[in-house]
Amino acid sequence: MNKRSSWALPYFIFLVLFVVLPLLLIVMYALQDGSGHFTLRNITKFFSDKDALSTFALSIEVAIENTLLCVLIGYPAAYILADNKLNRSAVTVVLFILPMWINALMRTLATAELFNMAGIPLGKGTLLFGMCYDYLPFMIYPIYNQLKKMDPSYAEAAQDLGATPVQVFRKVTLPLSMPGVWSGVMMVFMPTVSTFAISEFLTNNKIKLFGTIIQENINNSMWNYGAALSLIMLVIIGITTFLQGGDQQEEVSGGLI
Amino acid sequence: MAEKDDIIISLDHISKSFGDKKVLDDISLSIKRGEFVTFLGPSGCGKTTTLRLIAGFGKPDEGTVTMEGKVINDIPPYQRKLNTVFQRYALFPHLDVYDNVAFGLKLQKVPEAEIEKRVKKVLKLVSMSDYEDRDVESLSGGQQQRVAIARALINQPRVLLLDEPLAALDLKMRKDMQIELKEMHKKLGITFIYVTHDQEEALTLSDTIVVMNEGKIQQIGTPTDIYNEPVNAFVADFIGESNILKGRMIRDRRVAFIKHEFDCVDEGFGEDVKVDVVVRPEDIYFTNDPAKCQFKAKVNSCTFKGVHYEMWVDTDTGYELMIQDYDPYEVGSEVMLYIDPDDIQVMKKERLANTYAAKVVGEGKAEFLGTEFNCDTTGFAEGDEAVATIRFENVELLDYEKEADLTGNVVFILYMGNHYHLTIKTDNGENIWVDTNDIWDKGDFVGIKILPENIELTKPATGNEQKV
Amino acid sequence: MKGKKIIAKAYLWLVLLVLYAPIAFIVIFSFTEAKSLGNWTGISTQLYQNLFNGSMQNASGLMSAVKNTLLIALAASTMATLLGTVAAIGIYHLHGRKRGVMTFLNNIPMINPDIITGVSLFLLFVFLGISQGYLTVILAHITFCTPYVVLNVMPKLRQMNPNIYEAALDLGATPSQALRKVLVPALRPGMISGFILAFTMSLDDFAVTFFTRGTIGLDTLSTYIYADARKGGLTPELKPLMSIIFLIILVVLLAINIRQSKQQQTKS
Repeated sequence: MNKRSSWALPYFIFLVLFVVLPLLLIVMYALQDGSGHFTLRNITKFFSDKDALSTFALSIEVAIENTLLCVLIGYPAAYILADNKLNRSAVTVVLFILPMWINALMRTLATAELFNMAGIPLGKGTLLFGMCYDYLPFMIYPIYNQLKKMDPSYAEAAQDLGATPVQVFRKVTLPLSMPGVWSGVMMVFMPTVSTFAISEFLTNNKIKLFGTIIQENINNSMWNYGAALSLIMLVIIGITTFLQGGDQQEEVSGGLI
Repeated sequence: MAEKDDIIISLDHISKSFGDKKVLDDISLSIKRGEFVTFLGPSGCGKTTTLRLIAGFGKPDEGTVTMEGKVINDIPPYQRKLNTVFQRYALFPHLDVYDNVAFGLKLQKVPEAEIEKRVKKVLKLVSMSDYEDRDVESLSGGQQQRVAIARALINQPRVLLLDEPLAALDLKMRKDMQIELKEMHKKLGITFIYVTHDQEEALTLSDTIVVMNEGKIQQIGTPTDIYNEPVNAFVADFIGESNILKGRMIRDRRVAFIKHEFDCVDEGFGEDVKVDVVVRPEDIYFTNDPAKCQFKAKVNSCTFKGVHYEMWVDTDTGYELMIQDYDPYEVGSEVMLYIDPDDIQVMKKERLANTYAAKVVGEGKAEFLGTEFNCDTTGFAEGDEAVATIRFENVELLDYEKEADLTGNVVFILYMGNHYHLTIKTDNGENIWVDTNDIWDKGDFVGIKILPENIELTKPATGNEQKV
Repeated sequence: MKGKKIIAKAYLWLVLLVLYAPIAFIVIFSFTEAKSLGNWTGISTQLYQNLFNGSMQNASGLMSAVKNTLLIALAASTMATLLGTVAAIGIYHLHGRKRGVMTFLNNIPMINPDIITGVSLFLLFVFLGISQGYLTVILAHITFCTPYVVLNVMPKLRQMNPNIYEAALDLGATPSQALRKVLVPALRPGMISGFILAFTMSLDDFAVTFFTRGTIGLDTLSTYIYADARKGGLTPELKPLMSIIFLIILVVLLAINIRQSKQQQTKS
């Protein structure tokens, strides 16, 4: 018995080397100046840099809006997909998750071109629409999964006890599907904040998101400041994960296929 | 020496713990070649662990497992000349019936023609000849069971281990499989070691039954021995239905219980000694003859059980007894009853009161069971070792934690005719035995309270002599 | 009831229409010769011919990007499948705190946005002084792919009868034989879906590759497209290439899902 649990050891070492150590390095670089001395300058620089702060605020705003949009459009779709009476076809479900497998950059470029062709100027509106389009499948899939594995007898029991269809949805189905919504939010919110190439394409470089500044700093060899910005991002991840209430990841993304 | 050659497997002083939980405590036994041995006991009694030690899935912490004269503690399972039929079968889901059964032979690189011959033969033995190409997951529970047995038998093991093989089957199927297993055992002539919690199954199948509880062997014997002469209240209660009662041996061949005196066949307990008495419900007889009548009772319930009627009667002395008879007696009627001396089983009492090693920790304070109690410490000084004795009926059980000295769970309940005798396992793993009139369920969480005046401290026995 | 169903269907198809519009856009415009997207100059298979002949500008660049993408995906997903399967078996047999720690660590790469994974690994390679190239990209891909393999193998371990490994030992198999002949076949469906997932994630990745590829001019399809788009003109032959990739993924995914739902039907 004990022997087989030791099979986790190689992966543990791997994780320490390629996940834990790199994250610690972000912290280390963030708290160092170019010559390796401890400093808080990188952090204070961010908080005194108007441009960086407004980009940060904009990123959070876009991410929140995008996440809300995805929930609003994605939840009804997931609900219909999971309902046996409304949808019986497994193929429809596949069609909804399929775009996840297509190269995101290519899809984004095509979306931008579509806007161009339709004569819609690239800006915040197109950014939101394009992002929502990119991340919608990541919202639909976990909600669909959660609804699908829900025992239909809960809804039947509620009906039996006198709940109208609307009450059944509000008091039973919706609360029970919240874990799916939360993991969808996790799969949409953080990537939106941190995206860089996508926002460049969708706004023709007019709007910068937080991810873009991180990328620019790293690419211009400003590693310490880039690391500091990454550290701020890590803090946000920590907070959202904590608010979301831990790791339902294990169940939800268990079988993407 | 002939005697010794006859033993195929022996366990010597085996102990095994998982974490700090001791699951096997000094187990010793020998299994004869060709015998059908059953480990019987409630879940968690250590029977499956014992089987797994024999199979090689785990090593004992102490003691040795010997097979055919060789210690096999360190031999891995794949080199042991025995095979196992697993609980829930453990058939390989990616292989069909044929390949499941052929698995062992293919590993040994037996020629294909030979494999085919032997697979066919063993499938015939378990009446599964027509199922060779079937997917194992498409088979019923009973059929999977047969394949599992075939798979274990094809390696021609000297010993077949069966871990609750029938537990997942329905009642009818279980009865049929019992008969088939018995016939298979007779035909093959190899040793079967069988694990079950079903006492009826054990009585039906076995040559020898090993009754286990809490990691200890309670009794080893033939089914008739175990049924007719249980050595303690646990065995009497676990095997079949029984009336277990407090009694007093008056002298040889004369015992008192339910406030009446009876002739019996037991000797050697001494005079005026407290004992436990077991009377099986089918051994209490109704009579119309006042001369034969030993005691009177009133019928308070009567239920038809298929072959016999089960009746509960209240004796004229205030005890409740269960009686089984082919004829029903009307509820409320007065009946005359007697018991044959042969049918009274007298058992030595395992303990007369709770006794614990204690330490005096101050004026009027002693520590035992991991807690401090107030009690009379006259004649003791601080730091003295002592023995604390508490009578069964003086332990108070509460259904709340507040005011309790310590807490525990009900692990075993024995109905003694007019009160319950409970075994409580405290949170730190010690047992307290309690007599009570209140009804508790197995597994109940209880608070335990012992009043100072009910704790009697005595000097510990000197020398090596331990408490009785 | 009927009206509700129609509304529901209409909603689904509307969302699908929007989701697929850009993809359809690419596919449609792969059949015309025009340089830029959205410029229709009549039906033509010229771009497909160019793609297969290699008669286009910077053909070697695009072809090596495709080759790199596939090689990296294959190497990373194979390694991730091996590492993840062994890890899943180990984690399955862990208990209490140790298991909690492993599950937590395993979740980190999945929760982390690509850019954090990319930047952190970039810093690691800089810190350790490892020159970046194929090796670092593959290691980085293994890092974010393996958790998904673990998650796909785990349910198979839970479904598996815990005794089958012991049953194999009992029937005379050595531990390594039991592993090969019993454990791996039982876990195979989870390993395969984990592999496919890892493979597609690796194919699709941009950010992590971007940060870990170094300066040796290593391009995958994603970084190639990114550089191309930044330069202003997208290589027209990308359109037929993406169309073909899309078609392959569509067929594979539909086949897997149809087979799965058929299996489920025959079982129930």
